Amino acid sequence: MTMVQTKPESPNTDADDQGADLRLAAITKRFGGFLAVDNLDLEIPAASFFALLGPSGCGKTTTLRMIAGLEQPTSGSMSIGGKDITGTSAHERPVNTVFQNYALFPHMSVLDNVAFGLKRRKIRDHQAKAKQALELVELGHLSARRPAQLSGGQQQRVALARAIVNEPALLLLDEPLGALDMKLRRQMQGELKRIQTDIGLTFVHVTHDQEEAMTMADTVAVMNQGQVEQLGAPRELYELPRTAFVANFLGKSNLVAGEIIEDRGDAVVISAGGNRLAVRKDRSTTHQGKALIGIRPEKLRMMWPADAPADGSNILRGRVLDSSFTGVSTEYLVEVAGIGPVGVFSQNHGQQLAAPGDDVVLTWDTAHAFGLDGDEDTQAGAREAEAAAT
Amino acid sequence: MSLLTAPRSAKAKPEETRSASEIRADKRRGRVGYLLILPGFIFMLLFFVLPVFSLLATSLYTKPPGADIGQFVPALQFSNYAAVLGSYWPELVRSFAFALIATVAALAIGYPMAYLVAVRLRGRKLLQGILLVLIIAPFFTSFILRTQAWKQILADEGPVVAVLRAMALLPEDGRLTATAFAVVCGLTYNFLPFMTLPIYANLERLDTRLIEAGGDLYANSFTTFRTVTLPLSMPGVIAGTLLTFIPASGDYINAALLGNNQNTTMIGQVIDSRFFRVVDYPGASALSFVLMLAILFLVILYVRRFGTKELL
Amino acid sequence: MRRRIGPWLVPAFGGLAFLFLLVPIAYVFAFSFNDAGRTNLSWRGFTLDNWRNPCGAPAVCESLANSLQISSIVTVIATILGTAIAIGLVRLRFKFNATANMLIFLPLATPEVVLGASLLAQFLNIGVDLGVGTIIIAHSMFCISFVVVAVKARVASLDPKLEEAAADLYASPIQAFWRVTFPLLLPGIVAAALLAFAMSFDDFIITNFNSGNVDTFPKFIYVAATRGIPAQANVIGSAMFIIALLIVIGGQILSNRRAKMLAAR
Repeated sequence: MTMVQTKPESPNTDADDQGADLRLAAITKRFGGFLAVDNLDLEIPAASFFALLGPSGCGKTTTLRMIAGLEQPTSGSMSIGGKDITGTSAHERPVNTVFQNYALFPHMSVLDNVAFGLKRRKIRDHQAKAKQALELVELGHLSARRPAQLSGGQQQRVALARAIVNEPALLLLDEPLGALDMKLRRQMQGELKRIQTDIGLTFVHVTHDQEEAMTMADTVAVMNQGQVEQLGAPRELYELPRTAFVANFLGKSNLVAGEIIEDRGDAVVISAGGNRLAVRKDRSTTHQGKALIGIRPEKLRMMWPADAPADGSNILRGRVLDSSFTGVSTEYLVEVAGIGPVGVFSQNHGQQLAAPGDDVVLTWDTAHAFGLDGDEDTQAGAREAEAAAT
Repeated sequence: MSLLTAPRSAKAKPEETRSASEIRADKRRGRVGYLLILPGFIFMLLFFVLPVFSLLATSLYTKPPGADIGQFVPALQFSNYAAVLGSYWPELVRSFAFALIATVAALAIGYPMAYLVAVRLRGRKLLQGILLVLIIAPFFTSFILRTQAWKQILADEGPVVAVLRAMALLPEDGRLTATAFAVVCGLTYNFLPFMTLPIYANLERLDTRLIEAGGDLYANSFTTFRTVTLPLSMPGVIAGTLLTFIPASGDYINAALLGNNQNTTMIGQVIDSRFFRVVDYPGASALSFVLMLAILFLVILYVRRFGTKELL
Repeated sequence: MRRRIGPWLVPAFGGLAFLFLLVPIAYVFAFSFNDAGRTNLSWRGFTLDNWRNPCGAPAVCESLANSLQISSIVTVIATILGTAIAIGLVRLRFKFNATANMLIFLPLATPEVVLGASLLAQFLNIGVDLGVGTIIIAHSMFCISFVVVAVKARVASLDPKLEEAAADLYASPIQAFWRVTFPLLLPGIVAAALLAFAMSFDDFIITNFNSGNVDTFPKFIYVAATRGIPAQANVIGSAMFIIALLIVIGGQILSNRRAKMLAAR
């Protein structure tokens, strides 16, 4: 790994046309003996909405703080729009942050808060520009107030205005909606997305809320233990997780351990507890030996034994252990011999519901299953997902 | 009902909408409050408020012709004030000047100390604890013993003078003790904890994310300090400067031990000697009263200027 | 990476400030081991004699005993009266509260000479003999203000809902106070009491005005300063310092351990 000398003023000829792409190269951060971020490479294209998603302690906030310049990496380099910014301080970077809990200056008016960055950079008509930014977040009428006189949602907007008024190359959002209640959160999610599209800024959003990440971001990076587990569009991550951690942290998954016993050319068949489960080769990270097969609960079809197809692949016979009706759907826990409990979401079509003790059959489309490395822990990420949800 | 809640009516409801039982509960709560503060307030009335009036009265006493030393009779002799002010205004001015310089010096030394412990060492509990104990450590050793120690450290044959003379920072016959410099140093030293602790208490509550936000918004560390940290810590600074300036302006131990008899005399020394050596009770009382009024005036002016309600 | 001096400025300056703060204390401690003879002005060799026989110099221990007695009584009076005021103030209507706060604040905003002089004027006017009693009254007066300020901070940080919870669980107001509020205030009260003791023990100016012929420890040193303070005074000063340090550190350890025990549960 090479340390890059910092010369923020020197023009970087080969990369000027890249706009405000952010590039992290081999970034490592240690706090004493604790490895917070582990040799991280990341590229965030200009004008995208990028989310860093992960449980607490996964290194996402540390990564954000290093991008902001509030922490310096132990090793590695980073650049914005091709310009190396490694080693520069926060105030020297064209990056602004919407802080968790907002960090609004309590001794200044809302307007002065928003104008703060403009004044530091000696920009003319900072008051007018700040006023404009406040209008953008629909708070123009409260510009004379102190932050303490605003509601949580209003403070959030002020924090946003204070950051975007500087027209940074990169806007960092550190769990910006964490302090808001559910309803306000949904509303602000939409609004943030709208503002991002309107002004075309690059947003880097740190969150532990998978739903928030998936609704807002174009690209999501799932982080765990200082590394990116998987990176991609929300849909792609959800439909085809590449690690057990992603499968369990992003939504729920049934992961079943087994052995690959047959190669059908475009698919492989896994034997687990006497059941034959097929998965397409292009949806599996492994094609022989031990493997995990994963299937999302909502992709499972549950039927009465009488309606079930004859024996073949992708058929599980079991008995309902537990069911909970949530209106839109019913969540079942089905005990399958040789496999254990399997979760099923069944949408409410007005069908007859199964009750605990009923025998049922579960089937699914081979195209919906995914295969993972057999050495992985089937429970990886499940506990973190539960903690993140509370 | 609770001992710790203020009567609700004070903020919540207008008088006419309260029920009879609410008013009763409030009155009961208020009664317990008065009962609790009564003994202490009688004590303060007897031994603080009344003595101030006693001081005022004494300052107007007059000495009847042919009376013994220390014998005065009640009168309204306002000329006492003119007499003592005429003689001792230089000491009064000097006291405030010394106290002001010492307060500024203590602020310059105490603020970085408080900042170091409260902000830079945030999260390092053990080190913070040790340094905090060191800040209050002077309270545990006698004020006069410490001042006497300074006198010996700064003495003509002491190490500091020797070093300064060797470095030619002090002329061969230059000295540190028995100078105004020594008195101001002593005042600065002795009241430093009174400056540092309130600032520490304030900075300890400072949200460091605000400092980060300053950096994020293009302010370098000095600008962040000037525009964010310092304004937010003003209540601590005001409390600290008052707690330093007020006792320093009335102090006379430093002037007595570290000063000389010509140009370092402070007003406290004058009051003390008027009382005990000259036995001029009216004059001493008049000076005390002037000192008290002058300080009250300065404090009110200062608090109005840098206004804060968070003093106590 | 760029090297910066900025981050080192504050620690370096702060460190020097701490040194400034501690030099005279170290000096007092060192000279308690001086083989001083009559005057303890210059270093004449190391000895433990002063520590073996702290009462060796005339009148040192007498004044110390006076000071300990006075400060103990003052601590009890000021702590009780001050704590009662601090708790009572929260219950007063706002208007009275402001006046009451003023009365508490004023002694803190008045220089000691004025406090001492006005009490002396009062005692002279009503013809009270100066002595231990007048010292105790004078000290209690200014210590009450310190106690009120210290305890009030603690009272303000208490959640009033706790007493309401106690009332909900069938505690009478008096029970709620003794079983819930008082234990929570206790650390603040203890700290205030220690502060009162320290302020009283170290006071010279107010004492000097109202003590008559009684010598307290600071008064003894002040008077002795003109002809040389005996090394035994340094011994007592150092011993007080060490005891106070142990009390503070002990309290810190105790509260840390309690916090850890609560966290472990």
